[in-house]
Amino acid sequence: MTQMKERLVQLEVLRYNPDTDTEAHFQRYEVTCYEEGVVLDALNKIKADIDPTLNFRWSCHMAVCGSCGMMINGEPKLSCHTFLREYEGVIRVEPLTHFPIERDLVTAPDDFMEKLKRVKPYIIPKEDKPISEGEYKQTPAQLMKFRQYSMCINCMLCYAACPQYGLTPEFIGPAALTMAHRYNQDSRDGGRKERQEVVATHEGVWECTFVGACSEVCPAHVDPASALQQMKITSSIDWIVEHMIPGGKK
Amino acid sequence: MSRRPLVREVPPTSWYFRHPRYLRYMSREITSIFVGAYCLLLVVGLQRLASGPTAWEGFLLGLRSADSIVFHLLALAAAVYHATTWFNATQKAMPIQIGEDFVPGNVISGAHYVVWVVLSFAILFLVGVF
Amino acid sequence: MDTISTDVAIIGAGGAGLRAAIALAETDPTLRIALISKVYPMRSHTCAAEGGAAGVIKPDDSFDLHFDDTVGGGDWLSDQDCVEYFVHEAPKELLQLEHWGCPWNREADGSVAVRPFGGMKKQRTWFAADKSGFHILHTLFQTSLQFPSITRYDEYYALDLLVDDGRCQGVTAMEMRSGQLRQFHAKAVIIAGGGAGRMFPFSTNGAIKTGDGMAMAYRAGAPLKDMEFVQYHPTGLPNTGSLLTEACRGEGGILVNKNGRRYLQDYGMGPETPVGKPQLKTMELGPRDRVSQAYWHELQKGNTVPTQWGDCVLLDMRHLGEKKINERLPLVRELCASYLQVDIVKDPVPIRPVVHYMMGGISTNTAAATPLPGLFAAGECACVSLNGANRLGSNSLIELLVFGRRAALSAIEHIQGLPASNTAALNARAGETQQRIDKLFSSTNGTESMSGLRKEMMDTMEKNVGIYRTEDGLQEGVSKIHELRQRYCDVKLTDKSNVFNTDLFQALELGSMLDCAEAVTVGALARKESRGSHQRLDYVERDDKKFLCHTMVHHQGLDVPRVDYLDVVITKSPPGVRDYSGDHK
Repeated sequence: MTQMKERLVQLEVLRYNPDTDTEAHFQRYEVTCYEEGVVLDALNKIKADIDPTLNFRWSCHMAVCGSCGMMINGEPKLSCHTFLREYEGVIRVEPLTHFPIERDLVTAPDDFMEKLKRVKPYIIPKEDKPISEGEYKQTPAQLMKFRQYSMCINCMLCYAACPQYGLTPEFIGPAALTMAHRYNQDSRDGGRKERQEVVATHEGVWECTFVGACSEVCPAHVDPASALQQMKITSSIDWIVEHMIPGGKK
Repeated sequence: MSRRPLVREVPPTSWYFRHPRYLRYMSREITSIFVGAYCLLLVVGLQRLASGPTAWEGFLLGLRSADSIVFHLLALAAAVYHATTWFNATQKAMPIQIGEDFVPGNVISGAHYVVWVVLSFAILFLVGVF
Repeated sequence: MDTISTDVAIIGAGGAGLRAAIALAETDPTLRIALISKVYPMRSHTCAAEGGAAGVIKPDDSFDLHFDDTVGGGDWLSDQDCVEYFVHEAPKELLQLEHWGCPWNREADGSVAVRPFGGMKKQRTWFAADKSGFHILHTLFQTSLQFPSITRYDEYYALDLLVDDGRCQGVTAMEMRSGQLRQFHAKAVIIAGGGAGRMFPFSTNGAIKTGDGMAMAYRAGAPLKDMEFVQYHPTGLPNTGSLLTEACRGEGGILVNKNGRRYLQDYGMGPETPVGKPQLKTMELGPRDRVSQAYWHELQKGNTVPTQWGDCVLLDMRHLGEKKINERLPLVRELCASYLQVDIVKDPVPIRPVVHYMMGGISTNTAAATPLPGLFAAGECACVSLNGANRLGSNSLIELLVFGRRAALSAIEHIQGLPASNTAALNARAGETQQRIDKLFSSTNGTESMSGLRKEMMDTMEKNVGIYRTEDGLQEGVSKIHELRQRYCDVKLTDKSNVFNTDLFQALELGSMLDCAEAVTVGALARKESRGSHQRLDYVERDDKKFLCHTMVHHQGLDVPRVDYLDVVITKSPPGVRDYSGDHK
């Protein structure tokens, strides 16, 4: 049996403790990790063996719970899915940008949570159907129409990547708007009109200038940029129907 | 001994230097200045045309200046760059689903390039280049 | 200390907690519901479940068949009244989830698709690719957002139940971002805090699965039931322990040893079935306990494949083809590619059994009620005795829904006409929690390192309470865990900050895990038989005369816990032989 190879990893981690600090500062750590490990493994090793006061969130270690989003060398990443083998030299780890830092790598996601709720991310049925009548029929094609957008793990990397969100915090943002699109596209849903009150506004899709960063950093391949551009088109069509076609007013 | 969340401000005038993708985005946005300026030039040309032959001749003469040629080359490059970013974006904005599968993105973008070329030749034909 | 008054407090916002919250809100919109969780709901470990959820829906299936599979799969340790209730409720809950938008895979005609799963005689596992738990969790979480009566307390670490007048009347919890302790006064409390797999070093479980809910109930006087039954999932990634769903085998993947032999046929799960044509309830679709145990025997025989991550067997899915793998097992492909750098389309993937699920938990009855009035529990933290000695894959996601809802209905029943609570007494109880925390913070002479204790606990559990167990090993395990519990009293807290102090929460979690670990070891030592996932090399047979009963472990402070037993409820299926030889008799 061969042994797992180890390597020395150098990390520069942004630290902030509200009890003692007025500003955040970088702290350098050196730790030995398995070569095939991820940045999160290095952080856990630091916490267990070197510095128990280093704080960060994590849970699943398989890129599905969305807890461990961080900036790694300036890029929003899930630290459980950022492989040490892809890095040389010192790895710089910071909390997700565009969110207030509670402490060290822990940010406050309150704004995102509130925005997610605003887009009504749940089925608003076209008509009530009791459970006793069985399932809604939905063909595989109808499922595929929205499935990609249902893969969002709410890790908020897209918010950290989106400069519009950084500059205009009122922006509903990529993940939440994508969730509106996900339900709008679902054959079981009839709630699009209600969601448009949030979606088709200046804080909604029209704040998006299609930087496309959200889709580039999304670890779940959701492609929020695509969802938002599609919603811009449908919202524009709504407007045209409403304002330019006689009798088209809703 | 309690919460004091640290808010890191986004530098409003220099944020796009933070990442190459933001620079790419800004360069795309800046092309609109050239596209806009060229539109303005066309409007001015129309206005000259309406003002009579002398004005129009003067306008045409101005177009032949070195500065104007440089501007036209820049505007052309910007317009082409802008057009490619636009066509590449179409696959995001207009995904086409056939049955369970989606048409590959490069087919959608590619179709736009084809239409672009065809239309360009058609216009060149109409204005008598061929 | 701030007091929050509510009608029902729910601890844990994963599948069971969210289902309970929605059931409460739907049944009585005037109820005030406090949903308390140490993580944001979508981080709960329900999200990591992959394969699917079982429920009878297709015409060739029946409730009786699901009942028989579950009871036999559990080696007759399931309470049969509970299984009966469960199999009837399961399809309703899955349909409810469908109505709430869960993206279940579909047949061509638009009806819900089902897939084969281990130990199930019929195809009845509803699935959303290989992210079923993820979609269930997000569907529930997003659905819950429409109910104004659900107040969430995200990132609140629940500490102690408030018990007075012989009933549970609330809970204390710490807001993690401020370090502020709050007490929730509630007429009923539902614990849905998940399992405790992190007491083992090699586990599919996320970091958060530290048995806090189990330990809280246990300390408050509710017994833990059947804790010795720990499920090893046969197919974990050998380096990270990440789960490769049973659907890998359900879709046709095969297990082979270093000689290329499908070794399961040598352990009562044969004869061999054709490659790529999985046959229900035999070979690779045997139950998890048997399949994991077969690995252990192969290891003893030297038939495993040595790898840099240790001894493995191979899971071969190449014959499924790229299209099917992408459609049905995309996550599995991605996990293997990124963490192991193996493309399952081209190569077999090395795997080994990994701790996955606790069959045991807080003792509850079919109404999801614990013996402590006012306290209800559902999900992995509870032992409603559905899963017996071995849970069948895809029965737990549906358990969350069925018993999450049931806990809510029972809680509503409980709070009707309750006498007023004694606020002063509750405040006094909460004060005890405050003292416990203050002691941790003020102690300057802590000598025990937290990561050191944690490592010793994990090593002990792996060494002494693994797939196969012995008297000597268990004796050693019991005394070691007991010793660790004593030493834990001197645990050293390095970080004294109030703000998001994960050093503190890890210390508290370690306390929970040690309590649970002791219940596991004590229960395992006392059960001198082999049944389901509890296999003893010194008592190799099932002993229905002595042990057709549930182990009940009662907390006794720092002393060794007390163990007694409760009869299994048998209604229509007397203990029989577990037969996984397919149709070949």
